[in-house]
Amino acid sequence: MMDILNILMSESFWAASLRIASPLIFGVLGALLCERAGVLNLGIEGIFVAGAMAGWMAVWLGAGLWGGVFFAALAGAALGLLHGILTVPLGLSQHVSGLGVTMFATSLSYFTYRTSLPDVTSPPRIEPFRALDIPILSDLPFIGPVLFQQTALTWVALGLVGAVWYIMSRTPLGTALRAVGDNPDSVDAQGLSVYGLRIGAIVAGSALMALGGAFLTMSAFDAFFFGMVNGRGWICIALVIFASWRPGKALLGAILFGAFDALQVRLQTEVGALVPSQIFLMTPYILSILALVVAARRADYPRALLKPWFKGQR
Amino acid sequence: MMRIEPRPEMTKAMLISVPILSAIASLVIAALPIAFAGADILQAYREMFNGVFGSVFAISEMLTRATPLMFTGLAAALAFRARLWNIGAEGQLYLGALMAVTVGTGYLDLPPLMLTPVIILMAALAGAVGMAVPTFLKIRFGADEVVTTLLLNFVILIFVQMMLEGALKDPMGLGWPQSSPIVEEAMLPTLLPRMRVHSGLILALVCAGIAQFMLSRTVWGFRLRAVGENPVAAGYAGIPVNRSLFTIAIVSGGLAGLAGMSEVVGLKGYLTSDLSPGFGYIGIVVAMLAGLSPAGVVLAALFIASVFVGADSMSRAMGVSSYLADLIVALSLLSVLIGGFFTRFRVIWSTRNRRQSP
Amino acid sequence: MGKVFALKSLSKRFGSVLANDRVSLDLHQGEVLALLGENGSGKTTLMNMLFGHYLPDSGTIDVADRDGILQPMLLGQPQIALAKGIGMVHQHFTLAENLNALENIMMGSERLTALRRQTARGRDKLNRIMDETGLRAPMDVPVGRLSVGERQRIEILKALYRDVRILVLDEPTAVLTPQEADALFENIHTMAAAGLSVIFISHKLREVLSFSQRIVVLRQGRNVGELITKQTNETEIAKLMVGSGVSLADREDVTPGGTVLKIDQAAVNGYSKRDTLQDLSLEARAHEILGIAGVSGNGQTGLAGLIAGLKRPVTGSIAVDGQIIARPSPKTMLKAGVGRIPEDRHQEGIIGTLSLADNLVIEQLDDPAVQRFGILRRTEIKAAAHQRCADYDVRGPGVDAEARLFSGGNIQKMILARVFEQNPKLILANQPTRGLDMGASAEVRRRLLEARKRGAAVVLISEDLDEVLALSDRILVMHDGQLTQAKTRDRATIGLLMAGTAT
Repeated sequence: MMDILNILMSESFWAASLRIASPLIFGVLGALLCERAGVLNLGIEGIFVAGAMAGWMAVWLGAGLWGGVFFAALAGAALGLLHGILTVPLGLSQHVSGLGVTMFATSLSYFTYRTSLPDVTSPPRIEPFRALDIPILSDLPFIGPVLFQQTALTWVALGLVGAVWYIMSRTPLGTALRAVGDNPDSVDAQGLSVYGLRIGAIVAGSALMALGGAFLTMSAFDAFFFGMVNGRGWICIALVIFASWRPGKALLGAILFGAFDALQVRLQTEVGALVPSQIFLMTPYILSILALVVAARRADYPRALLKPWFKGQR
Repeated sequence: MMRIEPRPEMTKAMLISVPILSAIASLVIAALPIAFAGADILQAYREMFNGVFGSVFAISEMLTRATPLMFTGLAAALAFRARLWNIGAEGQLYLGALMAVTVGTGYLDLPPLMLTPVIILMAALAGAVGMAVPTFLKIRFGADEVVTTLLLNFVILIFVQMMLEGALKDPMGLGWPQSSPIVEEAMLPTLLPRMRVHSGLILALVCAGIAQFMLSRTVWGFRLRAVGENPVAAGYAGIPVNRSLFTIAIVSGGLAGLAGMSEVVGLKGYLTSDLSPGFGYIGIVVAMLAGLSPAGVVLAALFIASVFVGADSMSRAMGVSSYLADLIVALSLLSVLIGGFFTRFRVIWSTRNRRQSP
Repeated sequence: MGKVFALKSLSKRFGSVLANDRVSLDLHQGEVLALLGENGSGKTTLMNMLFGHYLPDSGTIDVADRDGILQPMLLGQPQIALAKGIGMVHQHFTLAENLNALENIMMGSERLTALRRQTARGRDKLNRIMDETGLRAPMDVPVGRLSVGERQRIEILKALYRDVRILVLDEPTAVLTPQEADALFENIHTMAAAGLSVIFISHKLREVLSFSQRIVVLRQGRNVGELITKQTNETEIAKLMVGSGVSLADREDVTPGGTVLKIDQAAVNGYSKRDTLQDLSLEARAHEILGIAGVSGNGQTGLAGLIAGLKRPVTGSIAVDGQIIARPSPKTMLKAGVGRIPEDRHQEGIIGTLSLADNLVIEQLDDPAVQRFGILRRTEIKAAAHQRCADYDVRGPGVDAEARLFSGGNIQKMILARVFEQNPKLILANQPTRGLDMGASAEVRRRLLEARKRGAAVVLISEDLDEVLALSDRILVMHDGQLTQAKTRDRATIGLLMAGTAT
């Protein structure tokens, strides 16, 4: 018991939690944008892989870290455009299209990586984002080491939470996006383009999802491994529901999740002899399922989610 | 200017041509990544073809690979027909395999003629439970089964690893995390001498036949289709929607469990954590290519198996990454999705300018 | 007065249906014009083309600019129509329920790239409009929590906020009590006097006579005549509408029999007011049509759900033919002899992608006539389908064609066949003629009267007061989940009951 309390009070624990949460923050924000506009994007798992691979590869080929971020976002946006075209103007099954995008993005990423680097025995490494040591702020007790020794990408994630919140609640674009996920007819009747808004949201959301993947290869680790995404995309989908499609709650959910994950790693070292490691490995996924069950019957469910809308049919 | 109009009818010819054209399209588009890898495109296609049809052994390998895909394809096809999104076939497959290895490695003292059917039954049951739980969560709590079945796959795989390092570990396996072997006499017999294709294939074909009959000619199948197409009207008409979803879940999960059983008891003989290279997920592509018809699943499974076996052989011969197979499979899913659009709608190009009068 | 728009020879085809056939129509400034026609005559399609939701196959639209000169308008885009000053209040409201009224109204009026919403400015402008027109609605409550009347006023405010000079209203009184309709049109006439040009769509003769200055009649997609309201009468208009005289129904006198349905102090929980009931009691007798009048959204969905077996009473009971139904479900109600005609035939009544023959048997899947040992008897099902289609005059692409390919009227006839062939003791008819043309409506009403004569009890829920008055032996009025007996057949009195303002 005391051990858990000690863990919860340590700075390194919360720093790790925020680090683990960062890719999830990107993913949840991305999924939030898509679903608020009315489209489920199950391509998230594959887009994470594509972002991880594209970002890493860009850095490897000399584009620099921010160049890698750009190319990762571009890869995500392109995949989002594919999903958007299939689901919005063509109105095809969002489930099948999303799974197709995941399979396509994953296999394309793996194929490209393997073909570009055929003879490597262990994955080559790049110089990742380093912790951002902000002079006076990182010497503050407790929050110093937690907040101000994260990498730049974590700051981007946190900044994006604020940006998404502001756009959704304070701008005309945000009003239109929230409306299109509830009743696309309302948007159409006011002279705005339903297709444009939805596809735009999906493209932007997918770019964010890709950044989540890029975080894995450019900040958390420094190389691309097959299977490194390991279900994080699906966990984000569960977390979005848990967060009631709100950016603030999304941040909270991601950090809580990161904390649980960090906790299980530490607990493993404490009680590793008694409990098989796999029990700990299972907990993130079981937690996500529980979060989903608890939050499932939400009132804020975007009413038009999963329903295709066609121009000229009233 | 382009306009989209719903097509009033769909002919059988149209329905069949879409998957065939999608399959062809995915193979053709594969030329791009082959070229990217720097390989001779025509040579690559030749190698792929020979890898599948070049010898009896090659064909037998293809059939062996198709067997689990038929089971998972059927699992997905039936569930998707009812709009029950079972993405958990991968996990249910492992549950079936786990159960097969639990009862089939000498734990039960039964004569072999009885042991094999018991293994089959128990494996199906294990898979059925694997889908029953997410379906219960969906019915009772409204939890989206897409995400729950997906996440459960990860949980089950970790559980399998845990079992293989613990309770089910083969004491004579030199320390590798694998299960004890299935009792020799209980193994499914092979169909051809010195070939790997086994009677799991027969079982799969029988399941497909039964599924096709049930779907089109029985009340159960009627209810399944009704619930999938319009659950509101089905409920209004007195069809027990939740009960129907439950039975469909059990059948779907059971079929996926049989996939795992078939791989262990027909092919490998024991269980390791890499038993399935994604058969559960690929089964979804098989189902979509089949137009969600059980009879079509058989053909689609043969196609996908050919892609994998062919690509493997081509990869060994020419050094192109075998991830090409996964890419082709993904492309065929996207193609069949897009193709499905064209059976329901047609695109009309109108040259009429909006401003002018006729 | 000058013209504000001129529709010239507009045509629109949907598949095999010619919805509008070279329709021409003018509107003058400050005029209140009624576009009248029965269901399916093409009124909404025509207005949707004006507003840009649909692109006409041929024809043009001229709209007056600020100087009053008619200019051709680019078609098929709502934002162009809005820019030209045309606003439309749709029959099915186009509001986002998760946003409040202010957000809904301002949406689309600001550039999407703007960094801030100018809510203060918007609020000021809206307050000014509300003062000028007398139309009021809460601005800061999510629309999902507002009443239907409030939502309609928000829809109108939405159009006025965009500075429309031409306002199109599609079936505006469908969701209002007679008194609310009067109030609405008083506001409209005030605005017309101030220069707004109004065109409203309706299928109700009476309303059109009361509220319009000029009437244009559409029949089968064509403009068949224009009349000055003051100079015409019901018969003349009806002749144009249907080409012959109209009689709603012939109800003979029949002595009512024993009680078939008894609902005793039932309470039903629902998500909203539309499907919540509290302490509701009613009795329906054999050989009787019990009419439930009322504005949609007052609990009719809850009552229908109770009788159909979709909802269980939390307290109280429901009994058919003296037997209390312990655990109501669609199946138990069907077995008890209840036939149900659903409110939304596409959502609740048919499985669109199954064949017509299959749809005819979906309520009888356990019946030995339909299956043996769980296997469907396809030949018998098909033969029965042919028979039903002949008996009930169901026309379309054949019994093996998908049900969704049939027209609304034929789908309803199929549903009637399905219901009546089981000889039910009790029939629930929920909005049975909604969306049907006069011919199909007359057929439905005839069948209901026939069933009543043969001995069935009929519970008729309808928002069409004329229909309720014509068909019912007894009338109850539904308001806020409660039923009140209507002691007279006077429309004004019933209207007050519908609004809940009478004792």
